[in-house]
Amino acid sequence: MTRQFLFSGFGGQGILFAGKFVAYKGLMDGKNVSWLPSYGPEMRGGTASCGVIVGDETVGSPIVSTPDVLVAMNLPSLDKYESTVAPGGIIFVDSTLVSRPVNRTDVTVYAIPATQMASDNGTPTLANMILVGKILKVLNDFEDDSVRAALGKVVSAKRADMLEVNLNAMKLGADY
Amino acid sequence: MKGNEAIAEAAIIAGCRHYFGYPITPQTEIAAYMAKRMPKIGGTFLQAESEIAAINMVYGVASTGLRVMTSSSSPGISLKGEGLSYLAGADLPALVVNVQRGGPGLGGIQPSQSDYFQATRSGGHGDFRMIVLAPSSVQEMAELTVKGFELADQYRMTAMILADGTMGQMMEPVALDLDVKPMPEKQWATTGTKMNRPHNIVNSLFLDPAALEQTNFERFERYKFIEENETMYEEYLTDDAEIVIAAFGIAARVSKNAIDEARKQGIKVGMIRPITLWPFPVAPFRKAADKAKAFISVELSMGQMIEDVRLAIDCKAPVTLCNRVGGMIPSPEQVLESIRQTAASLGGAN
Repeated sequence: MTRQFLFSGFGGQGILFAGKFVAYKGLMDGKNVSWLPSYGPEMRGGTASCGVIVGDETVGSPIVSTPDVLVAMNLPSLDKYESTVAPGGIIFVDSTLVSRPVNRTDVTVYAIPATQMASDNGTPTLANMILVGKILKVLNDFEDDSVRAALGKVVSAKRADMLEVNLNAMKLGADY
Repeated sequence: MKGNEAIAEAAIIAGCRHYFGYPITPQTEIAAYMAKRMPKIGGTFLQAESEIAAINMVYGVASTGLRVMTSSSSPGISLKGEGLSYLAGADLPALVVNVQRGGPGLGGIQPSQSDYFQATRSGGHGDFRMIVLAPSSVQEMAELTVKGFELADQYRMTAMILADGTMGQMMEPVALDLDVKPMPEKQWATTGTKMNRPHNIVNSLFLDPAALEQTNFERFERYKFIEENETMYEEYLTDDAEIVIAAFGIAARVSKNAIDEARKQGIKVGMIRPITLWPFPVAPFRKAADKAKAFISVELSMGQMIEDVRLAIDCKAPVTLCNRVGGMIPSPEQVLESIRQTAASLGGAN
């Protein structure tokens, strides 16, 4: 099967990083993957998004227009992308920053106060990875080995200490 | 790896040690990658003061016979037009990358394919061609970069990678165990006579019209040989196709999704994906036109490649355009709708 992810939020929330991790995780699991960022004139505080496709078949179009999984880390992202989610899909929202409930009734919704949890955990920049932890858990995809291998690909070698920190944030999300 | 990074690394693998460029979205990762890598391997990365300066630096290094490249995006490529023409006039090999964005003018920064005419017809003044390679995956960004250097050296001309913002920005797995042929000997290069051979002169100025005519004739003999020997393309489900899509780069990726869906609905549709845009792969289109009843050209332009499709099939079948422009990309649904409409007009399955 092929699964299309759309990660969206403010620039600076680690949207592209989260997407990159999920793509590398797929690669470590032997899947075909693609990762396509929005590359508009975005900057910290602006909007950011990226589409990730993970599947058994070769990836055709890398453009995610009807995501199976939407991650909305702020309200504008939910407003913009809620209607695009495939029926039966899953929406993950950062409920610390998204004040309204999801209106769609044909999707599964997980509301996680990721920003608050990240802040309480002393790692305020890792709300993205808390959400990713939850996603992998929900998708039954949280295996330690490939998670570590994928983290090794996206965490800079100079900051190897961040690997455990990221992993802990993901576990926090998975256990929520 | 990002497509842009794949181009940069493949260029290094191909033996390129000289890169000159000027930043412009969406290809700046190429320059950034080169800036990081070149100093470590004894190469040269230089951010020129302008695109025009960069292409003339390419001219200089190309004259010495070394592998050299520059990269830019649409407006920057226009600025390089003069240099591209001089490279052609002096028969110098070089690799030029265009990661296209929407135009005309400064346009936008989102993906486009609207520099097709510029790349395949003329990158500058005078009678000349460039070999134009159109990657459709990050893997091909790498492979065609190597191929581009090889073809440029073989035929002493510019090879251009014509990609788009999507190809440049997207990440996909890429295998970098690339085969690189040994570089041909370049007896024309200006490497110093060491006092034991006549001077080699690199020049594009020929004031004697008869002599200039002769250089053009000789160059076009070479172009004819290239047209006969160097076309590259990929066919997808064309064997029984009644409708054939023509698409390259990102448009081919989108079209493939639409074709798979249309096949499920019983529509016999396939695709010819040109990998060389010049020389255009005329033969597979001509062959397809014997059986196919209609063609669709899917492009991120107002219809540029469609002219080559029509020429290739001698207008034996109708060719319609399915497009988005300005940085927008056709969705698989739009392409599917175009396929369905075409199928309906043929009175076939729908």
